[in-house]
Amino acid sequence: MRLHRLRDADRPRIALTLDGRTIEAQQGDTLLTALLAADAGHLRRSEFGDGERAGFCLMGACQDCWVAVEGLGRVRACATPAEAGMAVKRG
Amino acid sequence: MRIAVVGAGPAGVRAVEVLMAAGHRPVWIDEAPEGGGRIYQRPPAPLQRNARTLYGFEAKRATALHAAFDALKARADWRPETLAWHIRPGAKRLHTLHRGTQAVVEYDAALLCTGAMDRVLPVPGWTLPGVTTLGGAQIALKAQGCGIGRRVVFLGSGPLLWLVAYQYAKAGAEVAAVLDTTPFATKAAAAPGLLRGGATFAKGLFYVGWLRAHRVPVAEGVTPLAIEGGAEGVAGLRWRDASGREHAVACDAVGMGWGLRPEAQLADLAGIPFRFDALQHNWVPVRDAAGRTPVAGHYLAGDGAGIGGAEVAELAGARAALALLQDAGQAVEATTVARLDAALARQQRFRAALDRAFPFPAHLAAALPDEAILCRCEGLRAGELRAAARADNAAGPAPEMNRAKAFSRTGMGRCQGRVCGAAAAEILAAELGQPVEAIGRLRGQPPVKPLPIAAPRPAPEAVP
Repeated sequence: MRLHRLRDADRPRIALTLDGRTIEAQQGDTLLTALLAADAGHLRRSEFGDGERAGFCLMGACQDCWVAVEGLGRVRACATPAEAGMAVKRG
Repeated sequence: MRIAVVGAGPAGVRAVEVLMAAGHRPVWIDEAPEGGGRIYQRPPAPLQRNARTLYGFEAKRATALHAAFDALKARADWRPETLAWHIRPGAKRLHTLHRGTQAVVEYDAALLCTGAMDRVLPVPGWTLPGVTTLGGAQIALKAQGCGIGRRVVFLGSGPLLWLVAYQYAKAGAEVAAVLDTTPFATKAAAAPGLLRGGATFAKGLFYVGWLRAHRVPVAEGVTPLAIEGGAEGVAGLRWRDASGREHAVACDAVGMGWGLRPEAQLADLAGIPFRFDALQHNWVPVRDAAGRTPVAGHYLAGDGAGIGGAEVAELAGARAALALLQDAGQAVEATTVARLDAALARQQRFRAALDRAFPFPAHLAAALPDEAILCRCEGLRAGELRAAARADNAAGPAPEMNRAKAFSRTGMGRCQGRVCGAAAAEILAAELGQPVEAIGRLRGQPPVKPLPIAAPRPAPEAVP
């Protein structure tokens, strides 16, 4: 899944990491946007072996966009603002 | 009097406005950092906030609601980024979580304005990265300036389907197709009642007309067959048209939804009974037209009390707050009450026509193939729920939703059946040969959303 930046796409850049790899994002992004507008492709893998997931409801209800952030623990990517220097692991 | 209001969408804002005008200072809780609800969600800084771009025809309404919210939040006991995860109606306590810290809110009266989310039908392949709800697709655009893909298919039914497709096309995304599962004839039959909606109906027609005029492929009465793709995400969608012919459309994202369902978990935990609303095809908490519930001191307004949309939510929020004041013995203006009651009754008639125009396609849910994933959280397939329902199941048959949940884990995952619940009920009802209202609904459980196990607890309190 790749989010397509359609509007307001030239905000100041921030950098974070996903599983140790640098991701460039923009100020005001949620973690979900930051990762999926870059080339993360997915956010987690189903615990039951049925493949990759990348969120579904984007409003904090489905719990299908969980990722782990160093210092914060497990969070919903759709409801967590991306911040410079965040170290994110796929959920 | 200690008043707690949960939710700062259209209903919550108008409720708090009435309460504060009457001299109260409610505790006001929302999970979001700001008010506006999902419908009038504002993008975080430094994204721009041009109301016309973000909310289209609703720009004036959105701006007015935001202005009301901004003025109120400074004077109310406003608690943003706070989850109300449990309510105990006997003790009159709300349990909240804010940035990892728990708190207890004691109240004399509670007004729950908890909103709604998309009602979804599983489709084979719907867990692939790139599939979102219609509401999710809209939030991506509205609050983050992003499309869920470059070439998007919108699938489902109801006003939101056409609105989101229009918003994407306007923003410059390629809309590969709008696939409406409702046959044209069903909508046409409801048209006389829809005329009651006036401007709202006209806006709906405008979106459909605009999409057709811009040569966006549109089909009605469709049957979705499968979303296809792999680890990289969605690659296409197969569907069948009303005449039975199969089609395939290439896309990298799918937004789907079939109307809304109330987020009524707190109402459930508050002990408010539910009834099956056959027209909405939703379980809704019991309340009167003013928002009073059978549980004294507990009031409901907005989509969480039964789907009515944002305009109704504003009216209902104000009306429920007035009911709360009336019950507390405070004088309220009879003309205001009468005006709100009349407006709500008028809207109710339009809403009924909308529900007739876009009925929930229960037959599509019941026909979900055995091997398709039904419950996203637990990776459960439709066949596993059907097996649990059958009489030859070793533990005995599951005659209702909660037993089926215990046997199969359907709805036991971390979303608590918010996403799969509506479809699971149809599958179970079809397997048992029962009407869907006869097999009940998944009971709510605290916490209404997952909490970190290490969340610090407040000081010990006596349990009454």
